[in-house]
Amino acid sequence: MTSPHTAPQPSFFQKTAFTRRKERSELAARIVFLLMTLLMVLPLVLILGYLLCKAWPILSIDFLFTNPRNGMRAGGIWSPLLGTIYLVVISLLIATPIGVLAAVFLNEYARENWFTRIVNLAVVNLAGVPSIVHALFGLGAFVLFARLGKSILAASLTLAIMTLPVIIASTKEALAAVPLAFREACWNVGASRWQTVRHIVLPNSVSGILTGVILQVSRAAGETAPVMFTGAVFYKAISEGHLFAYGLFDQCMALSMHLFTISTQVPDVPPALPYGTAVVLLGTVLAVNACSIIVRLRLRSRRKW
Amino acid sequence: MIELVIRLCGISAILFVFGIFFFVFREGAGFLFGGLNLREFLTSPEWYPTSERHVRYGVLALIAGTASVTVLAMLLAVPFGIGAAIFVSEFCGNRLRETLKITIELLAAIPSVVWGFIGLTVMNPIIMEVFHVPIGLNVLNGGIILALMSVPIIVSIGEDALKAVPDSYREAALALGVTRWQLVYRVLLPAAKNGLLAAVLLGVGRAVGETMAVLMATGHSVNIPTSVMDSVRTLTATIAAELGEAPAHSPHYQVLFIIGVLLFTITFVINLTADLIVRGVRGR
Repeated sequence: MTSPHTAPQPSFFQKTAFTRRKERSELAARIVFLLMTLLMVLPLVLILGYLLCKAWPILSIDFLFTNPRNGMRAGGIWSPLLGTIYLVVISLLIATPIGVLAAVFLNEYARENWFTRIVNLAVVNLAGVPSIVHALFGLGAFVLFARLGKSILAASLTLAIMTLPVIIASTKEALAAVPLAFREACWNVGASRWQTVRHIVLPNSVSGILTGVILQVSRAAGETAPVMFTGAVFYKAISEGHLFAYGLFDQCMALSMHLFTISTQVPDVPPALPYGTAVVLLGTVLAVNACSIIVRLRLRSRRKW
Repeated sequence: MIELVIRLCGISAILFVFGIFFFVFREGAGFLFGGLNLREFLTSPEWYPTSERHVRYGVLALIAGTASVTVLAMLLAVPFGIGAAIFVSEFCGNRLRETLKITIELLAAIPSVVWGFIGLTVMNPIIMEVFHVPIGLNVLNGGIILALMSVPIIVSIGEDALKAVPDSYREAALALGVTRWQLVYRVLLPAAKNGLLAAVLLGVGRAVGETMAVLMATGHSVNIPTSVMDSVRTLTATIAAELGEAPAHSPHYQVLFIIGVLLFTITFVINLTADLIVRGVRGR
């Protein structure tokens, strides 16, 4: 017995074959794109895990604070680690003022004209110059022309120029995030352009600038090619535990180049050694990047305007 | 006073770009104008810079090496990069998007020498195992490593390009009852075409200029590859490998600087094109 209530439902909201096909293709697209994204993220996790597993037996405090010994087949990474710290800090000291002021020029002083356009173009192109060409430039300009020789100073200058676009781009972004109203208020009380920048714009964008500076550190620490011909050497022992073991005109070892050397140039290196070096290098770079991301996220949540 | 300093810093980027070209060119100029057979340099595949009896500088094989690795890397990176950009910008929620963007940023931060090391120690045995070849340092290895390295830049620039498509386009399409996929395929991809092209070009620029990773992962033999299992040597790797051994100001040393000029020119043109395309989009 059929009651009138179970009579055929109105079919307005039922899916037609057309809608179902649409939904199927939608689902397929979603899954394919998700897989593509995962295939990109997955390597990061796998690589980190694999390197860490392989390096585990050798990682210790001693590994960080002893020099490489026995033709780099034993010992730790103190000398290259300190060399990298020197290169990063000195290149930072050179690149930060120039980069920040360049960004101030582009964002606060320059008008929209062909000249500014060319400056911007130059920044983009400087960022795109291959690292090995920077190495050739450093060799030609600093080591030979300026007669600095192969030294920490020459290598740091090369790194500074190489990482300049990173600082310029992120500082520009930070400066642009400061509302125009802040500047107008300052101009209205009679401040000059520089006073406005100095007292209003820079203090309000300092965390954003910091993000860029931190990124520069991670970039400079990882670079190999530019320091290879301008200041880094295969091997150099320094006194262990002494923070000022290198001088400005000394040659130094660098962590990135050390990894290259022991994984390709030196025979019979115990396998854990290059893995340990790779993990320290990668760990430093990723930790520094994580710092920059955290600073940025906190900044975004705290911003008042 | 301070304004002068700021202006000086402002134009520093221009000075450095010219400086780079000038100093690299200066070191190579002597041999470029006196002794180098430019036609042979660009068309001969024979690279014997240290031969005792008959020195030959032909970079065709090196160009082929760079091109093969770059093309393979782009074949892998472009679909995945654009796909990931679409997923990040159109298909996922806010939280997931932030997480993915951070992951991509970290992926971009891995130093090239670490990528090279991964090619050497992880990819090499895998390729030997899977394809039963005697050595796994070849075009395939370098291409995969380079693809992983250039994917982050394609994703982030590609996502910017998709984000730059006005929301009114999306709203109009959704109002007609399209699904997300139809929206992406019929509306966003055509609208963001130029931006995506620029993203790909920047990825190419990154791949061409990459040095340490390809030096370590592509094997070390100068030849024109006939399959992805051949070992090759790229322009960048050649400079990195031989500059240390070439006596200063010898012809060999100067030729390496001329290769540097060549690389500088290639990446300059690629970046300029990408920039012009992006500006074209913004101007519209």
